[in-house]
Amino acid sequence: MTPLLWKDYQKEVPDNHYFFVRSCIRQTFFPGAEAALLDILRNSLGLDVFEDRRHTTCTGIAYHCDLVPLETIMTVIARQLSLMTEAGYRHLLVSCVTSFGIYLEMLDMWQHHPEMLEQTREALWKSTRRSFELPVALVHTSDLVYHLRKPIADRSPHRLVDKSTQRALRVVDHVGCHYAKIFPAGGFGGAEFPSVLSGLAETFGGEMVDYPERRHCCGFGFRHYLLQENRGYSLSNSRIKFESMEAFAPDLILTNCPGCNMFLDRWQYTLAEMSGKTYDREGKGIPVLSHEELAALMLGRDPWTLGLQMHQVQLEPLLDKIGIAYQARQKYSMLAGAASLPGEPSVLKVSFQ
Amino acid sequence: MASLLSQLKDDIRFSEGLSACMNCGICTAVCPAAAYFDYDPRRICQLVQTGDEQDLENLLKGEEIWMCGQCLSCKARCPRGNVPGYLIQALRKLSQQSGHFIHSREGRKQIRLKRRIGHSILETGYCVHPQMVEPETHPEQGPVWVWALEQGADLYRRCGSNYYGEGEGGLRKMAPGVLDELEAIFEETGGLRFWEAIERGAEELKLNTEP
Repeated sequence: MTPLLWKDYQKEVPDNHYFFVRSCIRQTFFPGAEAALLDILRNSLGLDVFEDRRHTTCTGIAYHCDLVPLETIMTVIARQLSLMTEAGYRHLLVSCVTSFGIYLEMLDMWQHHPEMLEQTREALWKSTRRSFELPVALVHTSDLVYHLRKPIADRSPHRLVDKSTQRALRVVDHVGCHYAKIFPAGGFGGAEFPSVLSGLAETFGGEMVDYPERRHCCGFGFRHYLLQENRGYSLSNSRIKFESMEAFAPDLILTNCPGCNMFLDRWQYTLAEMSGKTYDREGKGIPVLSHEELAALMLGRDPWTLGLQMHQVQLEPLLDKIGIAYQARQKYSMLAGAASLPGEPSVLKVSFQ
Repeated sequence: MASLLSQLKDDIRFSEGLSACMNCGICTAVCPAAAYFDYDPRRICQLVQTGDEQDLENLLKGEEIWMCGQCLSCKARCPRGNVPGYLIQALRKLSQQSGHFIHSREGRKQIRLKRRIGHSILETGYCVHPQMVEPETHPEQGPVWVWALEQGADLYRRCGSNYYGEGEGGLRKMAPGVLDELEAIFEETGGLRFWEAIERGAEELKLNTEP
């Protein structure tokens, strides 16, 4: 049997100079997460992160719904790379885990089938008069936050510790399937020893809980979530995870995929409405944060500018444990002034009850 | 006309996804869809590897190939490096290209997905954006989502988003010419022809309204 070598599960991440591409899902449900990430990288850490407004969806959701041929998504990806090339960058920073898997897949196909790379170059030139270079580094934003975890922690006024008892907060992670299940060498820890989120939480002082269904899919299922009548597939898979983590009484679910972040938040509400059950002891649900949201909170960013009021499971219980100050009255205020309050779920308790 | 097997072999994902399956069944054991639906990736690998034309036609016309959730957990676990999820992609593509997809209930749903997610790409530059997620068809999004959509630009811009505005940033309106480039790529690489095949299926079903 080949011995395990830990270095095989590590990943080289450049320190600087990135071309950034956004996520459809994160922009839709967690707009503050991408804004906070760029603010942290550029303003807190002084990195060079460039975005070209002409970049688009990678079409990955449609590809995995089998609506976009391989040759088409390859050429859309090539167009994104042409923008990176034009701007003078070779390090690609990807916000979405589905997109990250797509970029890895296209690079892998081009490596195994160089004729497809040439066909893609030709198709891109014919359709857009563009050309491109391959990236030297392909980095998910959670890779970069993990890579920078110590400088971030050094600047953080907070720890993942219950301020009143000094108990390390219990964290369960959920790494998006397409981060490292498809191409294990592309992510920290590969498919077997995912460390990209656990390493981040532990650096902040949290206690990781290795729950039995840790590696189970959140249940997105692409077509299954997007078709209303198939959505039970998605719900049922998230339920498997909640049932598995419940006994460990986690203080936080930590994710790196925008879709997983949304499902693990929203399905707690749905399951509570359907069954009357929540997966915490107080009926408030288990708070869910992505890697950027956690990093931003630890660095003292305002929770409401970060958009945490857009989560259905409220974050105040976690903020209170950590000792993060927030202005409750500002939560539902808008730039133009006070706004209406959201409706109240029937079961899941929200902060203004 | 080329055999179904040879058409499958034209899809690079077929050769990438199946070299020598020994039918151990690890893919089925780890598959979230196999636990939820009447779906068995091990059986599909066996059928495809056998290459019987009638079996392949039955697969393309049936429900089973549409059950996979594309998590690709199978790729991480197969001891032979096979990828049942890639085979599913090749089968689904051929099912739609050949028109066989209209024979299954799940296959016919591709028409609805194409008109919604596919069209969004060329109309907005996004697969998904907030105004597509209507509360009426997304009750699972909860009251917070109803509230978020009601606040719209006020909320999103507070969080640093451009929210359908001109210029830079998240959810920005695509710059002039961007959507033309996307459409040109779809035209050049067969994306639009593929959608025409789906619409031919819809026509055959006389589905001129939303199915």
